[in-house]
Amino acid sequence: MIPVPGSVHAMNELSASSRITYRAVRVRPGVARRIRGLSDKTLAWLFITPTIVLLLAINIFPLLWTIYLSFTNYRANRANVPTIWLGADWYQSILTDPDIWAAMQVTAHFVIWTVVIETVLGFGLAYLIDKKFRGHGLWTTIILLPMMLSPAVVGNFWTFLYQPQIGLFNYVVAFFTGRAASSFQMLGDVTLSPWAIVIVDAWMWTPYVMLICLAGLRSIPDYIYEAAEVDRASKWRQFWSITLPMALPFIMLAVLFRAIENFKMFDMVNLLTGGGPGSTTEVASITLKRAAFESWRTGYSSAFAIILFVTVFGLANIYVKALNKVKSR
Amino acid sequence: MKRTLKALVVACGAVVSAFGVGAGTTPAQAQGKTITLCWAAWDPANALVELSKDFTAKSGIGMKFEFVPWTNYADRFLNELNSHGSLCDLIIGDSQWIGGAAENGQYVKLNDFFKKEGISMDDYMPATVVGYSEWPKNTPNYWALPAMGDAVGWTYRKDWFARPDVQTDFKAKYGRDIGVPKTLAELRDIAQFFQGREIDGKKVYGASIYTERGSEGITMGVSNYLYDYGFKYDDPKKPYSMDGFVNSASAVKGLEAYKDLYKCCTPPGASNSYMSEGLDAFKSGQVALQMNFFAFFPGLYKDPNVGGDKIGFFVNPAGPAGQATQLGGQGISVVSYSKNQAEALQYIKWFSGGDVQKKWWALGGYSCAKSVLNDPSFPNSAPFAKEFLQSMGMVVDFWAEPSYAQLLQAEQKRVHDYVVADKGTAQEALDGLVKDWKAIFKEEGKKF
Repeated sequence: MIPVPGSVHAMNELSASSRITYRAVRVRPGVARRIRGLSDKTLAWLFITPTIVLLLAINIFPLLWTIYLSFTNYRANRANVPTIWLGADWYQSILTDPDIWAAMQVTAHFVIWTVVIETVLGFGLAYLIDKKFRGHGLWTTIILLPMMLSPAVVGNFWTFLYQPQIGLFNYVVAFFTGRAASSFQMLGDVTLSPWAIVIVDAWMWTPYVMLICLAGLRSIPDYIYEAAEVDRASKWRQFWSITLPMALPFIMLAVLFRAIENFKMFDMVNLLTGGGPGSTTEVASITLKRAAFESWRTGYSSAFAIILFVTVFGLANIYVKALNKVKSR
Repeated sequence: MKRTLKALVVACGAVVSAFGVGAGTTPAQAQGKTITLCWAAWDPANALVELSKDFTAKSGIGMKFEFVPWTNYADRFLNELNSHGSLCDLIIGDSQWIGGAAENGQYVKLNDFFKKEGISMDDYMPATVVGYSEWPKNTPNYWALPAMGDAVGWTYRKDWFARPDVQTDFKAKYGRDIGVPKTLAELRDIAQFFQGREIDGKKVYGASIYTERGSEGITMGVSNYLYDYGFKYDDPKKPYSMDGFVNSASAVKGLEAYKDLYKCCTPPGASNSYMSEGLDAFKSGQVALQMNFFAFFPGLYKDPNVGGDKIGFFVNPAGPAGQATQLGGQGISVVSYSKNQAEALQYIKWFSGGDVQKKWWALGGYSCAKSVLNDPSFPNSAPFAKEFLQSMGMVVDFWAEPSYAQLLQAEQKRVHDYVVADKGTAQEALDGLVKDWKAIFKEEGKKF
């Protein structure tokens, strides 16, 4: 039974949880006294200090250090070369570099298309699975399988699936279109390769979007639909007026997660195409990796990393504000 | 709660001892004498494991090996060197690393050691000394002992060439007998002849060549064409002056020829092929010709399906401006961060021995020692020995500057963009390359 706000059942639950909290509060000072006179505050700090230290050591310090390095000529492979302060030179050079903008365009193409496809398919699948047909549990598990695989594994086996001579993908396309299987190559063609990486990402991560959307759909109380039925609202009207608006915060959350994740996509694309052919699929993170760990231009790549971080952080913040507006409606 | 705190203290102690004490313990201290040798994971590495057993038997020093696949080899070990890691006591590092490793103090300079132990660089093939040991180039400053000679060569399906139907058809089409190509133009004809042809009911293709984008593949492949067409890295009279040498009209033709070979005569899906993809294509009977490093030839010759009488070997054919080939191979160096330098140097001394070098060649490694290579019996000691010797006499290497990785990346991008992704013209690609390389050298403070 779903507790309806204001019902007797909900009130009982609330009062029960309050009792537990009250008892816990009563007990705490005694416990603190027993531990060698430590106050609650000290005890709390004792417990959170390791986490804060760890956070400072592995998150905050590297971030500040990266910001510092982004203004210098530092190279990690040449520690004996004096570090020179360059000011905003790297930022200027990155923001005016056509290769960087090309990489950003590739990233934008990848992010936009994967998010659109995954959202549409993910929501569609969630809507179907929510109908609780016979065997829906089994289908849910099957659909979720791709997202449980490692991106390295996915990248490798899709390389085989896309192989023009032996790959299953080409044979399936050949079967439906009548084209010879080896007449096109998904990973070696400049027109097809950007779509090849979109297909693989959509295959892998649509189930994740589906899962979040399913949670959204299942959170919609049945009584709203019952009320709509009483008012003789059509299924179509119910979808547009109840299902979609109420699931929208969840959909937006899924979009946010996938967009952030794909903005920094590296492993799968690197395994599938290595950024090629040419630079057709060279997403920003591959460019960054090459600058940081192949060219060892640490200062330059730090500046690029900060630019990417600010971009993601800024866009995510704007998006979260929009999400909050939707939720408060 | 006291118990919990006690448990926490014990756990912290365990963590401290694991990270603190454990990290400070070297293999040599822990297991008597053991040194670690780092290299790529490939056939010659297995031969080295076998060979090194003699060293352990003789010296009592144990050997550990850290082998990494080629695609991650540079990333993994350059990371290790740059982070001053002491994982490797000895490293067989790529020839292009020598400049950076020497200037950044990652390798131990070996001049004094060579002098003390009576090891002379005159005992090694000159190309390997320049390529694997010296920095700056052509100066007597040695950072490695030439360990594994290598160059790009070609394999072909001897059994296909010997088929009467192939011979007849080829002669009818090209007006000459099919045979080992002497020029790049002949190579293209052969590759085109086999492209899409049916052999024993199976569709086969012309050639497997290097097109890999991520690391160094397409550069290692295209260089064999560029050198033969007249490409030079810089003006021999004015170092780092590249205009008219990198992007000369003849170099442009070389790049166009490589693209032409890629477009006309490679198997479908060969847009990102390097060593292992070439081996797969050849071993599975897909291609008539294969570009690859000599290091793989012993293994290919032993292959039950395509080896033995079915395989032939030839050097990179000549082009309009001459005949050269891309240098591969590596020298063996002592890592300056190693805590077992004495044992590592002992290994190098042992490895330089004449008998050891002979056994190295016999096991499948490519010795660089003149005592092995200049032996009259050497050319007939293996079906590819003569070709290897010939190739080592005409090798050219990529830049070995400290900024080699950046220079390599620029060429990878420019060439792949043109050859595989059909972006722009060959002239634009090489002009762009000159622009990139100039910017890199300018950042390095070079004057040109």
